[in-house]
Amino acid sequence: MRPIATTRAATGTETGKLAVWWVLASEVVIFGGLLASYVMFRLGHPEWADAAAVTNTHIGAFNTFVLLTSSLTAVLAHQAAERGDGKSAAKFLYFTIGGAAVFIGVKTYEWWYEISHGYTITSNGFWAFYYTAAGLHAFHVIAGAIIMAFVARDAAKNLELHRVELIGIYWHFVDIVWIFLFPLLYIAK
Amino acid sequence: MVEPAVDLTHGHAHDDHAHHGPQGWLKYLWSTDHKVIAMQYMFTGMFMALVGGFMAYVFRMQLAFPDISVPGWGGVVSMGEYNSLVTNHGTIMIFWVAMPVLLAAFGNYLIPLMVGADDMVFPKINRLSFQVFFVSTIVILASLFVEGGGFAGAWTAYPPLSADATYNLTPLGSTLWVIGVGLEFVAFLLGGINFITTLMNSRAPGMRAFDVPLVVWMIVVASILFMLSVGPLLAGAIMLVFDQTIGTGFYNPATGGDPILWQHLFWFFGHPEVYVVLLPAMGVVIEIITTFARKKVFGYRIVIFTVVATGVLSFFVWAHHQFIAGIDPRMANIFTITTLLISVPIAELCFVYIATLYGGSIRLTTPMLWALAFVAEFLIGGVTGIFLGAAGADIYFHDTYFVLAHFHYTFFPIAIIGTYAAFTYWFPKMFGKMMDDRLGKWHFWLTIIPFNMIFIPLFVLGMGGQHRRISNYSSFSELAGDGFQSVRIFATISLLIMLAAQLIFFYNCWKSWRSGPKAPKNPWKANSLEWTTESPPPHGNWRPDRMPVVYRGPYEYSVPDREEDYWPQNEPDGAPLQVVDPDAGEQGR
Amino acid sequence: MNSFFEFFRFEGFDPLIEVASSYAADIDGLIWLVLLVVGFWFLVAEGVFFWFILKFRAQPGRRADYIDGKNKKHKRWITVPHLLVLGFDVLIIVVSFNVWYKIKMDLPENPDCHVRVIGQQWAWTFQHAGADCELDTADDIFTVDELHVENNKVYHFELQATDVLHSFSVPVWRIKQDAIPGRSITGWFQPTEIGEFDVQCAEICGFGHSVMAAQVMVEDAETHAAWVAENTPVTEVAEAAVEGSAAAPAPAGMEDR
Ligand code: HEA
Ligand code: HEA
Ligand code: CUA
Ligand SMILES: [Cu+2]
Repeated sequence: MRPIATTRAATGTETGKLAVWWVLASEVVIFGGLLASYVMFRLGHPEWADAAAVTNTHIGAFNTFVLLTSSLTAVLAHQAAERGDGKSAAKFLYFTIGGAAVFIGVKTYEWWYEISHGYTITSNGFWAFYYTAAGLHAFHVIAGAIIMAFVARDAAKNLELHRVELIGIYWHFVDIVWIFLFPLLYIAK
Repeated sequence: MVEPAVDLTHGHAHDDHAHHGPQGWLKYLWSTDHKVIAMQYMFTGMFMALVGGFMAYVFRMQLAFPDISVPGWGGVVSMGEYNSLVTNHGTIMIFWVAMPVLLAAFGNYLIPLMVGADDMVFPKINRLSFQVFFVSTIVILASLFVEGGGFAGAWTAYPPLSADATYNLTPLGSTLWVIGVGLEFVAFLLGGINFITTLMNSRAPGMRAFDVPLVVWMIVVASILFMLSVGPLLAGAIMLVFDQTIGTGFYNPATGGDPILWQHLFWFFGHPEVYVVLLPAMGVVIEIITTFARKKVFGYRIVIFTVVATGVLSFFVWAHHQFIAGIDPRMANIFTITTLLISVPIAELCFVYIATLYGGSIRLTTPMLWALAFVAEFLIGGVTGIFLGAAGADIYFHDTYFVLAHFHYTFFPIAIIGTYAAFTYWFPKMFGKMMDDRLGKWHFWLTIIPFNMIFIPLFVLGMGGQHRRISNYSSFSELAGDGFQSVRIFATISLLIMLAAQLIFFYNCWKSWRSGPKAPKNPWKANSLEWTTESPPPHGNWRPDRMPVVYRGPYEYSVPDREEDYWPQNEPDGAPLQVVDPDAGEQGR
Repeated sequence: MNSFFEFFRFEGFDPLIEVASSYAADIDGLIWLVLLVVGFWFLVAEGVFFWFILKFRAQPGRRADYIDGKNKKHKRWITVPHLLVLGFDVLIIVVSFNVWYKIKMDLPENPDCHVRVIGQQWAWTFQHAGADCELDTADDIFTVDELHVENNKVYHFELQATDVLHSFSVPVWRIKQDAIPGRSITGWFQPTEIGEFDVQCAEICGFGHSVMAAQVMVEDAETHAAWVAENTPVTEVAEAAVEGSAAAPAPAGMEDR
C-alpha cells in the first residue's frame, strides 16, 4: 500500500518530477565541479592542447549525434505516454536504450584504440580528465539505460506511465552533460 | 548497532507490516517506516558518538600524559596512531554523528509527523539511504583496522599527503576513508531528496508554507545546502581515489596537477557543511524554546529569510580556511568581507531566539536547559569565528588550538547539546515514556560545566601559539613548559568527568524506558502535529481516516482570550480539540 | 604596544607570546580590536539572555505575552542591533585589510637580505644568502632546523616544499605561511628581538609532523656576521651545493604557475 504522503501534491507538481529535478540539481554540481576544475587546469596548461589534438573529433561528433537522437526518441516516448499509449512509449524507450548501447559501444572502441596507442589515464593531466569526465558520464549513460529498461517494461503493460517522462528528463540531462563534454574534450585543441 | 532500534520500536510501529519480506530482526533492517529508519540512524549515530568520544579520550590522554600507556587503548599512542585518531575523530563526529543524528534521524522522524503525513514520499529510497549509510559506517570502521592503520592526514585530507601512500603510510586506510565518506554523502543525497520533496508536496491539507514548524524548514534548507555543495567534493573525491589507486596526478604538482584544487573543492563543501549541521540544531532549539517559554517565535518569517540568506552566503566564504594556504592574497580580502557579513544573519537568528524569551513564562525542564545552553554556548563559538574571519588575525590563529576551540564551541553545542535537547524533548513521543527530570538535570550540569572546562583552556593554549595535530609538544621549547602542560592536564581531566557523566544519561534512558511513567499524547502541551497522535505514533502515524488538517501556524502560544495557553495546529477555530476532518489526506492527483 | 596576551597571564602559566617582529604588534592590535567589538556584543547578548531567563520564569497565574514581532516597534529590537553589527563588521574589515595588506601583499622593496626555506618530511632546510645577501651564489649557507637571521633587518623569504604541504610558522613573529610543493611563495619578515624562538610546522604532513620543529636564532650584527664568516663554505663545496639545490627543491619552470 502506498503511503498517503505519496498521493499528495501540495505544490501542484507531481512528487516524482520534483525529485528528479532535485537529483539533477545535485548532479549538475558534481559535473560542474569536475568541469570547472578541468577548465581551470586547461587554462593554466596550454600544452594540454597537444594531447587534446589526439582525440578523434569525428567519433565524438558521431556520439553526439547518437545521444541527441536518443533524446528525441525519449521525447517521443513521453508523448506516447501522455496519450496513454504504453506500447509505443516502451518501443521508443527501447530505441533510446539502443542509442545508449551504440554510444557505449563506440566509446569502448575509442578508448580501446587510445589506450592501445599509449594514451592512458596516467599519461598526463589532460588524459586524466578525459577518462574521468567521460567515464563518469558513461556511468550515467549506463545507469540511465538500466533504469529505462525497467520503466519500459512497466510501460509496455501500461503501468506507471508517468515515469516515462521522469526518465526522459534524466536522459536529457545526460545528453546536456555530453554537450558540454564534447567541445571541452574534443573540439578545444 | 541496529539491533537496539529493534527492541525499542518493537511492537508499536510495525505490527501490520510483517506479511511479506524477511522475518525477525532483518525485518527491521528492511522496514520502510520513517520512524524505524530514524531510529536506525539515531542508534548508529549514538554508537559512533561513543567511538568518536573514545578516540577523543585516547588522544587527550596522550596530550596530558605524553607517552604513557593509555588505559583502554592498551599501549602508548604512537605519532602515527595519534594522527589517525584525530583524523577519524573529526571525520566520525561530523559525518557519522552530527549529520546522521541531527539531520537524518530527527529529519526522518519529525518531517512526516510535523507536516502531517504518514511517511516520507519515497519510503524505499529512504530505506536505501540508511542501507548505504550503514555500509559507509562499516567501511569507515574497517578502515581503522587495515594494514597501515586508519587514515592519518586530518579530516580535511589535503593532498599530496592524502593522495600518495609513500607520504601518508596508510595505503588502504586512506582509500577506504575516501570511499567511506563518499558513500556517506550518497546516503545523505538520497535522504535529502526525500526531505525536500516531502515538505514540498506532502503537507497536511491547510498547511501553508508559513505554517510549517521551523525545525522542518531548517532541516530542509540544510538538505538543500548539502545537495548543492557536496557535488564538487564528490568529483574531487573521485579524483583523489584515482590519484591514490591508479596514479593519476590531479593533485600532484610534478605532473601538472595542483594540491590547492582539493582545498577549494573541500571547503566549497566544508563551509556550507557547518551550516548543514548548525541549522537542524537551531531548529530543534527554537521549537523547544517556544514550547517552554509559551511564546510565539519573535518573527517567524525573519527566521526563514535569515536562514535562507545564511545558506546563500555560505557558498561564498569557503576560502577563509585557506587564507595562508597560498591562495592569491587579494582573494583573502574578498573572503574576509563575506565571512564577516555572515555574522549578520547568524546574529539575527541569535537575537530572535533571545527576543523570543521576552515576556515568556519560562519552565526550565531538561530539554529547555539544553536548548538555552545551546544559545549561550554557541555564541562563544560564533564570536570567536570573527577573529578567524579577519584575515590579518588569522595569520596568527590559523591551525592553532584557537581554531580548534572555536569549532568545538560550535560543534559541541550542535552535535551534543542540540542532540540531547532534541532527544530529551521528543523522548516521550519516540518511546512512549517520560524521562526522569532529576537525572536529566544532573546529566545536564555534569556535561555543560566540564565542557567549558575542556575547551576554554584550549582557547588559551591556542593564543599561546600551540598548533593542532601534534601528539607531543616536547619538541617545541615554547610549549613544553609545565604551565602549558598543567592546562592540558586540566582539560583532559575535565573530559574524564564529562565522559563519566554520560553514564547518567544512559542509565536514565534505560530506566525511563523500562519503568518511566507512560507518556501522554502531548506531555509538553505543544502545538505541532506530532503531538496530536499516540506516543509512540503507530505505523502510518495517524489512522488513515484521521489524518490531521491544519488551521494555523505552530507557534500560537498564550493567545489572548483563550483558556488554554496553546492552540494545536489541527484544532479548528473555536472548536474543542478532537475534531478531525475524516476526508483529510486526500488531496491532489 | 603591550602584547594582547599579557591579559591571559596567571600564576604558573605563561602563554605570553613575545612580540618579536615588526608586524607582530599590528596583528595583536587587530586581535584586540576584534576582542573589544565582539566581546562587547557577546556580553550584551549573554547579559540580556540570562536576564530574560531570570525575569520571565514561570509564575503561577501569570501568562506569557503574545508578541509576534511583526509590528515596527518590536522589529526595531532586531533591526537596530543588526545594522550596528553590520557597522562593526565594516570596522573590523577595514582594520583587517590594513594588517593583511602590510604583511601579505605589500612586499618591502630592496630587502636587506634573502633566505630560502624548504620544508620536507620532517625537517626544515634553510638556505641563507651568506655575506653577499644574494641567494644561489657560492657563499650560501645551508642548515637544517636552524635559521640564523640578523636583528632588525628586513628579510625576504622564499618558501618551498619538496613532498607534501608544510607550513612555516614562527609564533613570536606572528608569521605563518603554507609551503606548497611545486610553488615558491615569497614573503617577508623583520625580526625585532634577539633570541632563540620556535619554528613550528603548522600543516599536518604525516607521521613526523609532531616533531617538525626548528629554531630561529635572531642575532645582533656582530654575532651574525661571525656566524656567517664561520659557516661560509669553501668555494668548491659551495658550488656543488648550489647546483644541488637548484636541481632539487625548485626545478626550473615550477616557480609560478
Ligand atoms: C557548525 C560549525 C561551525 C560554525 C557555525 C562556524 C561559524 C563560523 N566560523 Fe568556523 N569553523 C568550523 C565550524 C564552524 N564555524 C570548523 C569545523 C572549522 C575548522 C576546520 C578545520 O580546519 O579543521 C572552522 C574554522 C573557521 C575558520 C578558519 C580558521 C583557520 O583554519 O584558520 C574561520 C575563518 O574565518 C571561521 C569563521 C567562522 C565564522 C565567521 C562563523 C560565523 O558563522 C559565526 C557567526 C556568529 C556570530 C558572529 C555570533 C553571533 C553574533 C553576535 C553576538 C553579534 C556580534 C558580532 C559581531 C559584531 C561580528 N571558522
Ligand atoms: C561534531 C564534531 C565534534 C565533536 C562533538 C567533538 C568532540 C570532542 N573533541 Fe573534537 N574534533 C572535531 C570535531 C568534534 N569533536 C574535529 C572536526 C576535529 C579536527 C580533526 C582534525 O584535525 O583533522 C577535532 C579535533 C579535536 C582535537 C584536536 C586534536 C589535535 O589537533 O591534535 C581535540 C583535542 O582535544 C578534540 C577534543 C574533543 C573532545 C574532548 C570532545 C568531547 O566533547 C567528546 C565527548 C563525547 C561525548 C561526550 C559523546 C557523548 C555523546 C553521546 C553518547 C551521544 C548521545 C547520542 C544521542 C542522544 C543520539 N577534538
Ligand atoms: Cu611539516 Cu607538518
Ligand atoms: Cu568555514
